[in-house]
Amino acid sequence: MSETLAASGPNDPSKRTWLIASGCAGAVGGIAAAVPFVSSFQPSERARAAGAAVEADISALKPGEKMTVEWRGKPVWIVRRTPEQLAELPNLNAQLADPKSERKAYPMPGYALNEVRSIKPEYLVVVGICTHLGCSPSDRFKTGPQPSLPDDWQGGFFCPCHGSTFDLAGRVFKNKPAPDNLEVPPHMYLSDTKLLIGEDKKA
Amino acid sequence: MATFHEISPNASAGAKTLNWIDNRFPLSKLFKEHMSEYYAPKNFNFWYIFGSLSLLVLVIQIVTGIFLVMHYKPDAALAFGSVEYIMRDVPWGWLIRYMHSTGASAFFVVVYLHMFRGLMYGSYRKPRELIWLFGCGIFLALMAEAFMGYLLPWGQMSYWGAQVIVNLFSAIPLIGPDLALLIRGDFVVGDATLNRFFSFHVIAVPLVLLGLVVAHIIALHEVGSNNPDGIEIKANKDANGIPLDGIPFHPYYSVHDVFAVSMFLFVFSAIVFFAPEMGGYFLEYNNFIPADSFQTPLHIAPVWYFTPFYTLLRAVTSEMMYVLIACVLAGAVLAVAKIRMPRLFKGAIVVGALVVMAMMMAIDAKFWGVVAMGGGVVILFFLPWLDNSPVKSIRYRPNWHKALYAVFVINFFVIGYLGTQPVSVIAGRVSQFGTLFYFGFFILMPWWSRLGTFKEVPNRVNYTAH
Repeated sequence: MSETLAASGPNDPSKRTWLIASGCAGAVGGIAAAVPFVSSFQPSERARAAGAAVEADISALKPGEKMTVEWRGKPVWIVRRTPEQLAELPNLNAQLADPKSERKAYPMPGYALNEVRSIKPEYLVVVGICTHLGCSPSDRFKTGPQPSLPDDWQGGFFCPCHGSTFDLAGRVFKNKPAPDNLEVPPHMYLSDTKLLIGEDKKA
Repeated sequence: MATFHEISPNASAGAKTLNWIDNRFPLSKLFKEHMSEYYAPKNFNFWYIFGSLSLLVLVIQIVTGIFLVMHYKPDAALAFGSVEYIMRDVPWGWLIRYMHSTGASAFFVVVYLHMFRGLMYGSYRKPRELIWLFGCGIFLALMAEAFMGYLLPWGQMSYWGAQVIVNLFSAIPLIGPDLALLIRGDFVVGDATLNRFFSFHVIAVPLVLLGLVVAHIIALHEVGSNNPDGIEIKANKDANGIPLDGIPFHPYYSVHDVFAVSMFLFVFSAIVFFAPEMGGYFLEYNNFIPADSFQTPLHIAPVWYFTPFYTLLRAVTSEMMYVLIACVLAGAVLAVAKIRMPRLFKGAIVVGALVVMAMMMAIDAKFWGVVAMGGGVVILFFLPWLDNSPVKSIRYRPNWHKALYAVFVINFFVIGYLGTQPVSVIAGRVSQFGTLFYFGFFILMPWWSRLGTFKEVPNRVNYTAH
């Protein structure tokens, strides 16, 4: 069969053109058919709706303590820092990767763009997710030498996954895998003891 | 098309049935081509059992997997409990589950040994490049399969392992964060992620895996097996066109492999019955705690078979980037100074190196860590074109090549071990050195694999009858 076709002389080039054209049309259709399937990988409407703001009552938080609330499935930490801890923060600047939070990967809300990275100096509010690969760092508030940490440790957070360390303003130390400081979520005070996480006054 | 074959009416019922089938489906032909008239070299040694064994483990995984799916629930609220239900309440469920979890580790044991065999005897060299490429594809699919399967028990390690690996994708500039969102299907690893990983683990990846296994075997049977001497047995054929050093796969190697299977099952059963957790290496202790999105376990490490590549990821810190930039610079300078090529190519190399160095300075070390981890696997695909040695088999290479291979293996174990350990300064330095050695071994292979005095390769394989 194929031999007789080949023997019958040169192919009709217009047939080849139409074959290519219909092949292209088929490919376009195939790609278009892939769109709904790939789109179904996106977060569903229900998952998007679950991102509402949450309230936190901080009245019971004592100095030097931390509490965690859930916002968008992530842990948000509220740390009440002691005056000593706050006093130590500026001294660490030389050891930090981005002491003034100037990097743009996690934009800082304007109201927290200060030396202590918070609205009220005492209360630090950060997302407790390491900016490296998303582990939740553990508290290492005790100062001084201890395993996995430098001897002049002034208290902060240590990520068990890849060893990134953060100070008590959530700022990452130099030469660690995490590139960015801990994210400060949008938040505002509803009263002296009530925090709203996930929304701020601009919104 | 084959002509219709008539058989004598006096033939046995079995022969008649076979003839009936053969006239409609090439059953005898397939059996001959792949079993009784597939001529494999007669000098196979111990290292040649791991191909058959990986096929066995694949069957174990598919069969046990089918039965596990009958009781498992891919739901973030129910998954952990359903695995415990299988372990405690389903009759013999514990055995099926332990066979599946031990099978995962066994799969990687036999596949790593199978790959090392290829490395030793140059089994990826011409004309077996495609066998090797299909094999690397199988390895990649297997890693995806293992990673997604590990999320399903929904323990702490499942959860945080998935969190870390999915976040790797968010390190890719520009598209990264959206890509990670697309993989997770939510802003954090959650129910949506569990459900889609389940779908990939039980349907999508196994289908790809089976297709690749078939392609791997078809390619192998097209060109014929390599052997420990790295000699093409098809170069010496008898009057009937059968390789002089070849023996039919069936019955010689089928029986040989049945023996290997029974030895393997001894070890496999011993682990399933007496040490299914294998001291925390096969089933990590933290994975017996249900997933908690607020609390990362104090020490998280991937399962042992991923740890060498995990060390490559962890080794790339911002300090290490300076070393890597220096490596790129040195590589470009050497290429331009030492290799003869047109000016245009040299210019391209200089421009390419400058672009890479600029990117290395501009993009975070985190991204390059991901590149190192992926590159550690992808570089294996290039092996057929990196190895320039005039002989295939390690047997006829200079002795220092053997030493280098030994160092490579030791290094692979060391970085594998370090991947299970928490970070420390010394371990960090050792893993950085190990990372450089791992990549150096492959990237410099086109050069070092040609050096030294090679031994004469015989015409016929070495074989003493026993």
